[in-house]
Parts: sequence; C-alpha cells; structure tokens
Amino acid sequence: MSKILIRGAKVLGGEPQDVLIDGETIAAIGTGLSGGEGGPGADGDAPATVIDAEGRMVLLPGLVDLHTHLREPGREDSETVLTGTRAAAVGGYTAVHAMANTFPVADTAGVVEQVWRLGKESGYCDVQPVGAVTVGLEGKQLAELGAMADSAAQVRVFSDDGKCVDDAVIMRRALEYVKAFDGVVAQHAQEPRLTEGAQMNEGTVSGELGLTGWPAVAEESIIARDILLAAHVGSRVHICHLSTAGSVELVRWAKSKGWDVTAEVTPHHLLLTDELVRTYNPVYKVNPPLRTEADVLALREALADGTIDCVATDHAPHPHEDKDCEWAAAAMGMVGLETALSVVQHTMVDTGLLDWAGVADRMSARPAVIGRLAGHGRPLAAGEPANLVLLDPAYRGVVNPAGFASRSRNTPYEGRELPGRVFATFLRGQATVMDGKLT
Amino acid sequence: MVEDRSNPEPGSGDGTPSGGQRAEHAAPARAVLEAPDIARVLTRIAHEIVERAKGADDVVLLGIPTRGVYLAQRLAAKLAEITGRAAAVGSLDITMYRDDLRLHPARALARTEIPGAGIDGRLVILVDDVLFSGRTIRAALDALNDIGRPRAVQLAVLVDRGHRELPIRADYVGKNLPTSLRETVKVQLTEEDGRDTVLLGQKPGQGDERTPAGQDRHTAPREDLPADD
Amino acid sequence: MKRHLISAADLSRDDALLVLDTAEEMARVADRPIKKLPTLRGRTVVNLFFEDSTRTRISFEAAAKRLSADVINFSAKGSSVSKGESLKDTALTLEAMGADAVVIRHGSSGAPHRLATSGWINGSVVNAGDGTHEHPTQALLDAFTMRRHLSGVGRDLEGRRITIVGDILHSRVARSNVLLLNTLGAHVTLVAPPTLLPIGVEQWPCEVSYDLDAVLARTDALMMLRVQSERMNAAFFPTEREYTRRYGLDGLRMAVLPEHAIVMHPGPMNRGMEITAEVADSPRCTVVEQVANGVSTRMAVLYLLLGGSEPAIATTSATAVPVATAPANGATTAARTEESK
Repeated sequence: MSKILIRGAKVLGGEPQDVLIDGETIAAIGTGLSGGEGGPGADGDAPATVIDAEGRMVLLPGLVDLHTHLREPGREDSETVLTGTRAAAVGGYTAVHAMANTFPVADTAGVVEQVWRLGKESGYCDVQPVGAVTVGLEGKQLAELGAMADSAAQVRVFSDDGKCVDDAVIMRRALEYVKAFDGVVAQHAQEPRLTEGAQMNEGTVSGELGLTGWPAVAEESIIARDILLAAHVGSRVHICHLSTAGSVELVRWAKSKGWDVTAEVTPHHLLLTDELVRTYNPVYKVNPPLRTEADVLALREALADGTIDCVATDHAPHPHEDKDCEWAAAAMGMVGLETALSVVQHTMVDTGLLDWAGVADRMSARPAVIGRLAGHGRPLAAGEPANLVLLDPAYRGVVNPAGFASRSRNTPYEGRELPGRVFATFLRGQATVMDGKLT
Repeated sequence: MVEDRSNPEPGSGDGTPSGGQRAEHAAPARAVLEAPDIARVLTRIAHEIVERAKGADDVVLLGIPTRGVYLAQRLAAKLAEITGRAAAVGSLDITMYRDDLRLHPARALARTEIPGAGIDGRLVILVDDVLFSGRTIRAALDALNDIGRPRAVQLAVLVDRGHRELPIRADYVGKNLPTSLRETVKVQLTEEDGRDTVLLGQKPGQGDERTPAGQDRHTAPREDLPADD
Repeated sequence: MKRHLISAADLSRDDALLVLDTAEEMARVADRPIKKLPTLRGRTVVNLFFEDSTRTRISFEAAAKRLSADVINFSAKGSSVSKGESLKDTALTLEAMGADAVVIRHGSSGAPHRLATSGWINGSVVNAGDGTHEHPTQALLDAFTMRRHLSGVGRDLEGRRITIVGDILHSRVARSNVLLLNTLGAHVTLVAPPTLLPIGVEQWPCEVSYDLDAVLARTDALMMLRVQSERMNAAFFPTEREYTRRYGLDGLRMAVLPEHAIVMHPGPMNRGMEITAEVADSPRCTVVEQVANGVSTRMAVLYLLLGGSEPAIATTSATAVPVATAPANGATTAARTEESK
C-alpha cells in the first residue's frame, strides 16, 4: 500500500497538522505523524512520499464543480473530457459535472454513459454527467430522465443549460418527475423573449455602447417562477450561475420559507463587471452577462451568508476563432476551472468574507450534496476518501493562458495578478497534480 | 486651440523654433528693421507695384497666412492712397499644397479668401513676410492653379534672406538680408505680435536645432529651412 | 502610430472645433471650379461597408477623392463567410493592400473599435456607423450645420437648445450627437416614447422628455430621426398613426418653433411618418444642406487623421481601457469627453 504523508498543512485553514494518506483514504490527521499510524498492519513502514506543507499551505477536500462544459462529444476542438479533467485537476477539482449541451445532446442513457466512461478513462477527476431535461434541449418534450438516472452514469442533476426551460408546464413536470430518483433540475434562468439578441447586461453601459441588453429581470422572473413551482410540487430546484442582486433576494426569500432551493455563482460574477465590455473585447462576453458592481457585492455577500450555496465555474471553452472577432459574432463563455480557486480566494477569503472552511463548504461539500455525489465533499477525517487539494495561498502569479491544461484559452483574467496556487490534488489517494503540475 | 505636439510654443514666421524670447536667451536678437523702416519699405513697394502694373487696376493682392495677410492688407491700403481706388486683397492658405505634409503632424488650415471678382485674367501679387527656400511660393503657385488663371503672378516679400531651393525670385523685396543658416529671421507685426519689427537672431544651442516642424499650426509657416539643415 | 475616430466622445472641445473649422475651409473648395486638393495624393482610403449605406459611402468617397486619395470601395455585405471571420480576414486583406485609412460601416456595435484595437491593421479607422452605437462623422456634420445657422463659424454651440426626436434606443446618430453637442456646450433634449429610450438614459448628459409639444417652443434645432419599419412589429408603439400623431413633425408643430430654429434629419426621411412633406420641403429643413456639409466634414476628418505624419486630433478610444472599478457612469461619460494625452 502506498502512503503519502503531508506535513504541516493547515487543515481547512486551521492550525498546521500532519495528514497521512494510506491507499485511497485518509489514514490519520494529527501532529507529529511519522507514517506508522493508520490502523492495523501499519507497523511503522515509512510513507513513500512526504510533502512538506511548511505550515503555510491549506488542505481542503477536493473541489466539486456542478457546472462544467467538457464539450465532448461534438466540440473536441474546444475541449475534451481528457483535457477538461486535466484542467479540473490543475484547479484543485476531484469531481466535475459535465453539462449536457454537447453534440449530440446528453439526453439519452447512451450519451451520458459515454461521457461517464470517458471520465473514468481520463483518471484526472471524476466526471458526473448532467442529463438534459428535454430532448435536444428544445424545451418541448422531457428527455428519458429515468433511463439516465438508472444508467451506469447514475445521473442526478438535469439541466438544459445554455437554454432555459421556459415552458412552465414542462418545468413543472420535470421538477415533479425527478423526485422519483432524488434528482434535481438545474435551471438556466433566462426568459427568452426578454433576451432576444442580448449581448450584455442591460444598464447604463449597454445604453452607451449600443449593445442589446440582457436585463436582470429576465433572470429574476424565471427564478421567481421556478421557486414557486418547486414549492408547489414539493421538489428541489437548483439555480445555475445566479448573477443579480435581485436573484439573491428571491433565493433568500425562498430559503426563509424553508423551500429546497439551491443556487450557484460563478467566479467571474464574483469579480468582473459590465464596465469591461467598454473594451468590446469578446473575452468578456458570457451568459449570463457580467453585471454591475452592486450585483458583484450582493453575490459575494450571499455566498458568504449561505444564500448562495456554492461556486460553480461554468467553465465554457471556446476555440480562438470564436473570440477573435467582433463582439456580436463572438461566442459566449469563459474557461474557469484553472482560476476558480484563485478568484474565490481573491474575492472571498482575502476580503475576509469567507474562511477556508467556508471555501471547503461552498466549493466541495455543498455542491457534492446538491449533486448527490458520493465520496466527494466529505469532511477531512480519518477513514474518509482521500480526495484532497493542497494549496499555497501566499503564492502570487499572473494568469498566463499559454500554460493552461485546458484546450481553450478564453480566460478574462489574462495578465491579471491573482493570489494562490494549487500545489497538489489527490483523487482517492492518487496525486493528479504535484507541485502545480499534472502527474 | 490645439498645440503642435512637436513644439508647444508658437513659432515665428521664418522657422525659428520659438518666439523671440527664447531666441533672445540664446543670443540677443538684433532688430534689422524697425516700425518706421517697415512702413517706408511697404510704401516703396506700393509705388513699385503701381509703376510696374501701370496703375494697378487689375492687381489682386493675396497674402499668405499669417503675416503675409497683414502685409497684403497694408499694401492694399497704400495702393488705395496712391491710386484713389480700393485694391482687391485676399488671403491664400497653402497648407494643403505643402510638399512636406507627411513629415509633420497634420496642421490646422488658415483662411483662403479670394476677392469676389476672382483671379482670372488679373495680376496676382503674392505677399509674404520672409522668402527663404521658396517651397511656400511653389505651393502657393499650385494653389493658385486650382483657383483660376491669372494674367501673371508676382511676388512681394518684406525680407529675402536667401538660401533658395527652387528657381523662385521675388519681384518686390523690402530688404535683402544675407543670412547664415545658423541665424533666424523673425518678422513681428502689430496685428499679430503687438509691434512692428524684423529681428535677426541666432539659433539656440547646437543640440536644439529644429526644422520648421515646430511651428504653430495656426500661424501657418511660410518658409522651410533648407533640406540640409 | 494608430489614431482613429471611433466615438464622438473621443473628441475634446478643441478637437471638435478644429474639425469644424477645417471643414469650413474644405467647404470653400466645393465652390471652386476645381474641387480637388492634392493633399492626400498617394494615400489609400478603403470604404469597408458591411451594411448598405449608399449616401454615407459616397459622401466618404467624394471626400477622399477631393483630397486626391485613392479610394477602394469594399462592400462585404452578403458574404457567405461567417461575420467574425469576415471582419478579421477582410482586415488582414486590407492591411496587405496598404490601406492608410479604413472607413467602416458595420452592423455590430463595437466592430470599428475592435478593428482599431485588434492589431489586425495599422491604418486609421474611421467609424462610419456601427450597429446601434455611434456615427461620429454624422454628429460632426450635424454640429457643422447647426453652427452655421445658430452661432457662426469659429464658435461652439454654447447654450444652444437641440432637440432630438425619435428612436433614440436604436440610433447611433443620437448617441454621437448627444456626446458631441454636450462637448460643444449645447443643451440636448431627447424626445421619444419611453419604449424607444435606452435604459440608463438618465445618466446621459442631456434631458429627456416624452412630450414633443412641450419642448418645441424652446428649441433652436430640431432633429427628427428615422423610424425603421421593423420597429413596427416589436411593440415599441401601437401603430404608425399613433406614432405620427405624438412624435411626428408637421406644419402645425413646426409653426411653434422659434423663428430662427432649423429642422434637421440625417436621412433618409420617412415622409408621412416622422416628418410631413410640408416640413421636409420647407426652407427651414436642412436635409440637403446636411448632405453637402457631410462631404466637407469628412474631408476635414480624413485630412486631420491622414494629412500629416500623425493626426491633429488626439482621439483616445483605442487606448482607453476601462477597469472593473470604474466610477459611476455619469463621471465616466464626463471623463471620456476629455482629451487624454
């Protein structure tokens, strides 16, 4: 059995401790571990690997992303399951949910099993496919949700992400139907008529730039409806990439009622605003769009107080040519897996809004619960699976997309200094990343 | 107004990099013509024009901005005194016809004002303050060509400082002033500068040699330094 | 060195006056037997039009030709290539052909900005209308026309009251005019139904009214904007008839204007919709004059951008990089109208 000893790691940001990994599980956490601990049969044989965390690095459970676009099958020019999971590992993730808007759409057991199998083969992180709510994401007919749930992929999260399930009856049926297997519908909240031709957040900046606006109400009206629908049918609903202060208020209200509503926020909506669109650089084009400073501050506060349950990357790779053009012609989306933890440290930890235990909750524990993902987001304790990320919060670096593990480079942070670096990632005791590099 | 980026100080008419003050710092400028001299010289030129143009009936005086325009107006007044008839006077901006446009930032234009009767068949007398390389007059001839067909074109200047680069000569010269390329000639007129004088100065230090690049666009430069400067 | 005219906000008051004063001199060339200047001999100006706009294109073409530039007209409309590839590849083609200036009309807001900042070309970029963003040379020719009627050559428009009526939401002409007229000291009032005003318009340096009749008597220049027929089906207003009744200019409304006031229109006019034939054909209507002034103004812009080794107007849009923590919008607008060096 291979053993790994991490010396002097701040477990969940607390006092430095030693952590011993034995095989696929955490064998012991304590001070002054030598490697001999860890239960019967561990008779003092020295660990194969010793990592010195220097009393400064932080150990968290491996991150879980509820919202990743791996693009395979269909758009392998922008990302594959292999390159996407490599990027995830570099970013500290041990599990990602692969969104369903592939070609073909992941709306059958066959497609979700294909993605699931490709994830198994990659070995860099667990890939949990998301199933489409409706056939072809067209919002008209429910996909075979039960078949996907029963498949080898064990799908529990269903989403038409990229498109809103805007038909109230279809949404109601989906919410009801997934109760049979404890599933959840993750809604991309975007009222389609209010966002026809939308290019950016509707506000002062869109008025000046002459770009068609994407109003906050187009998100909020759908969230309000879906909260009420979920409450009515007694199901749970998850809100994807919540982006406005008004949406925060709605979710806060729903939670105060005790309804089972969860929400995610992306790293970019915690940091960037629509002022950046003044450059007309399509790298800032994303859906939902970058909002205002007031929205950013409300989102940070909501993530801190738990109104927003988790951070999800909405990692959306696009080939260079889809961004190397004028704004209106450009694709929407940003890559995010490799920068998410740094952005969260910058916006939430370094600002004092969240401690590292809070980060572990919002980026690992809660998304794993929402996705009903076994073996991830677990507490850091002896006997738990060794899905871990060791990060160096003191590190300062400038984002350089040329070094990305992702196949795409469409990051809005190029040239920006961000704090923190993933030093090592462990998937069931195996290091997928060591010293910041893929193993 | 927008300042020329290559030289924030307004230049003078002859290609000195700055106004008299800076030149005076380098070496005190010497007045070669004072106000009474300028008045006398213009009177003489006016008489010469009347004599050579046989009454100056069809003369059109076109000053080249900025100071050439004032000189043309003064000459017109003197012609009127002599002949008893108003003389046609106007201005001709040559900026768009310069041969060195691409060597300098784009310049503001000055006013071109052609008297109502036009220039076709008439005797046009171009008026400028300093004649130097001759390139300004070359541009002025091109500009005239686009406006009409004069019977003849003549040139009147207050000062001819030499160093011609084109086969051009003045028909009426206020003062011939042999200069070296190290020297500067600056004409000041009451209308623009508050006094009438012609100053001969030295260029500032060796390291600060300038081409006419440094001239304020709004006082359109008239003469260029020779190309080897 | 890259210098461009992308937005009316790029022009300081001095820059704008320099363009207008230069245009006055250019206008005099139009009165001469030989309407041509040798100034841009050997320079190449490309008219890159992704949208049909015959009048704007021939205006730029006439301007460039009067300055002796070589003009290449490149109509990219209807290209089968996807729009994004088309803009970049077209730009690279023009760069290879040695374009000194690219005059671009594009259906996407920001396309000229992108062209100027992408590194695809080195020449100057002149925005001839982008999407629903800006049309700065139209604003310049409008200001030129207003100045001739209302304040005089060499002056700005301090205190003049300009009213712009119509589809402000989709109008690049309105955006550029608000910015430029504000820079020149005019008081601008926008009049439109609330559906045709952009969100955030209260932050613009102008006033807003829903009532045309309330502002007519205190208007020195009234600019009527074209109402596109495609707005009809999008519920921006109930019917054409109701729009005309509330926001159209007829003889009765024109009679309420002060005696010196002029009526402007960027063209093409929708006679019977936003303007009646009686108004359009009246001597107070400057539509035809605006067309003539367009050539002079565009000559001035081309001369000032290309006439020397570097432009005489210090346009800034290509270098201004806003940051996430930019000040509140009113301040941003004010800052953008200042010349930065």
